[in-house]
Amino acid sequence: MSTTPLLAVENVSKRFNGFVALEGISATFGGNRVTAVIGPNGAGKSTFFNVLSGAIRPSTGRILFEGRDLTAVPQHEFAHYGIARSYQITTIFPQLSVHENVRVSGQAFRSRYNIWCNRDLDRALIDKADAALLAVGLHGKRDRIAKFLSHGEQRALEIAIALVADPKLLLLDEPTAGMGPEETRDMVALIERLAAARTILLVEHKMKMILGLSDRVLVLHHGRLIADGTPAEIQSDSEVRRIYLGQSHGAA
Amino acid sequence: MTIQPIDSTSSAKRPRLAIDGLMRTASAWRMPLTVLVLCTLPWVLPSKALAVNVLIYGTFAVGYNLLFGYTGLLSFGHAAFFGGGAYLTGMSIVHFGFAWYTALSTGILGALLLSLVMGVLSIRTRGIYFSMVTLALAQLAYYTALQASSWTGGENGLRGFTVSKIDVLSLQIDFLNPLHKYYVVLLFTALALWLVSRVLKSSFGAVIEAIRENEVRARACGYNVERTKLLSFVLSGGICGLAGGLSALHLAIVPLDTLHYHTSGLVVMMTLLGGMGSFFGPFVGALAFLVMEDVLSLWTSHWQLFVGAIFILFVLFLPKGIWGTIMGLGDR
Repeated sequence: MSTTPLLAVENVSKRFNGFVALEGISATFGGNRVTAVIGPNGAGKSTFFNVLSGAIRPSTGRILFEGRDLTAVPQHEFAHYGIARSYQITTIFPQLSVHENVRVSGQAFRSRYNIWCNRDLDRALIDKADAALLAVGLHGKRDRIAKFLSHGEQRALEIAIALVADPKLLLLDEPTAGMGPEETRDMVALIERLAAARTILLVEHKMKMILGLSDRVLVLHHGRLIADGTPAEIQSDSEVRRIYLGQSHGAA
Repeated sequence: MTIQPIDSTSSAKRPRLAIDGLMRTASAWRMPLTVLVLCTLPWVLPSKALAVNVLIYGTFAVGYNLLFGYTGLLSFGHAAFFGGGAYLTGMSIVHFGFAWYTALSTGILGALLLSLVMGVLSIRTRGIYFSMVTLALAQLAYYTALQASSWTGGENGLRGFTVSKIDVLSLQIDFLNPLHKYYVVLLFTALALWLVSRVLKSSFGAVIEAIRENEVRARACGYNVERTKLLSFVLSGGICGLAGGLSALHLAIVPLDTLHYHTSGLVVMMTLLGGMGSFFGPFVGALAFLVMEDVLSLWTSHWQLFVGAIFILFVLFLPKGIWGTIMGLGDR
């Protein structure tokens, strides 16, 4: 590719006190595609996401976003570059209203630390939050307190929180964790809609969902990238088959 | 509308209670009602000196709650800002002969600076460690005041700075008249309450609540959590410094105890008693605490025993505090 990719991961490694969580990962992402990151438990998927969202600094290697080196940038600034994420365990503001959850997230790009303005007067931001709630189908519950939403609704709310910033890169860490079949189907449809306008990376365990949803699959194993290709290529990869079929799922 | 108990949920599907409508009317007339209640306080309470104390400790508690109730940081060191403001106000008059307003400004400025230093040193610690670090730093201020007795009066406290007249433009107010004193202090209290309510309604007010609710999410949303906490800490310290400065002008003495950790504990108790989840809660808590102290200490010298028992009952059975519970009635 001659143009700069949205996200380039260059030879990234992460060690925790000698334990190798990631080892020499290199890949580029972009083009409004959905990429799934899979691998057995402990393969390094969460660490990989934490590195991409700035929560963890890599031991070696670089993260380039639109050509800019973000490796040494503090985590809270990642959002300002256009990287938003959701967490494996629902991470919202439980005591705030659904709308305020989204509004306060969008506010991070406007009047952040203004101690004097009246925040109720920023109509544009209030409308933006409403639009994000509409996009995830939660607008009917905008005045509820977030902690009273169902699990699936809270997962959707977390995506609205990420979405209001209009990120170029959306990192979804097991968006359907703990969901029933119906909620999962809604979430897949939502991700497909969102993918039309942005690049999405997601960690998932549900194979059927991954194969249907993603354009590309990365397979991590013991912190190494062992396969990178289309779902069809991954399915026929002998190494991947060995890892997933040859040993119990919870091992490693 | 920020000035509501945090737990208030939308009441769309609940049956309308008479109290519901009453609360809504009261809420709409909040500011005039507050001023009215505060204006009548000296006639309702047993003594005018007590009424002044309610204003001062009410301001202290509301300033403290900006950090405790809204940012979610439990500081055990706010005596340093209250006492610091009080000492600096008094010392400015005793040692430099400043006018009352310059002295009070010095007190506030000093409290802001002190909270900036204490904040920088403590803000990165979490949970109980934050409480312990603030406690330790505040004790440092206490022992500094104890040792520097040529400046602070040491154990005897700071004395000799009675402010008898207050000049506002060409108007001279007799500050020794308790009623006049009350209304001068009320002016500053009202200003502080207005300031804090403005801050809570602002964008910044939304960020501190978000940080209290979920630090990880706030950071992922793009907020510099440490910087926000520090700003909240400093604002809170400044309001508490104002309360301390007013206390110095009121008492015409700064007892060394003002800096003691008892004072930090006192403001935590007042806040919890009134309700940390609401704007007025801490003020109501300060009122309730001081009235209890005033009434009970007439009967028995062991009044603290009873106040303690009442406090425990509140923590166990009314965790939202006096004000939080009253405000919650409409939501049931």
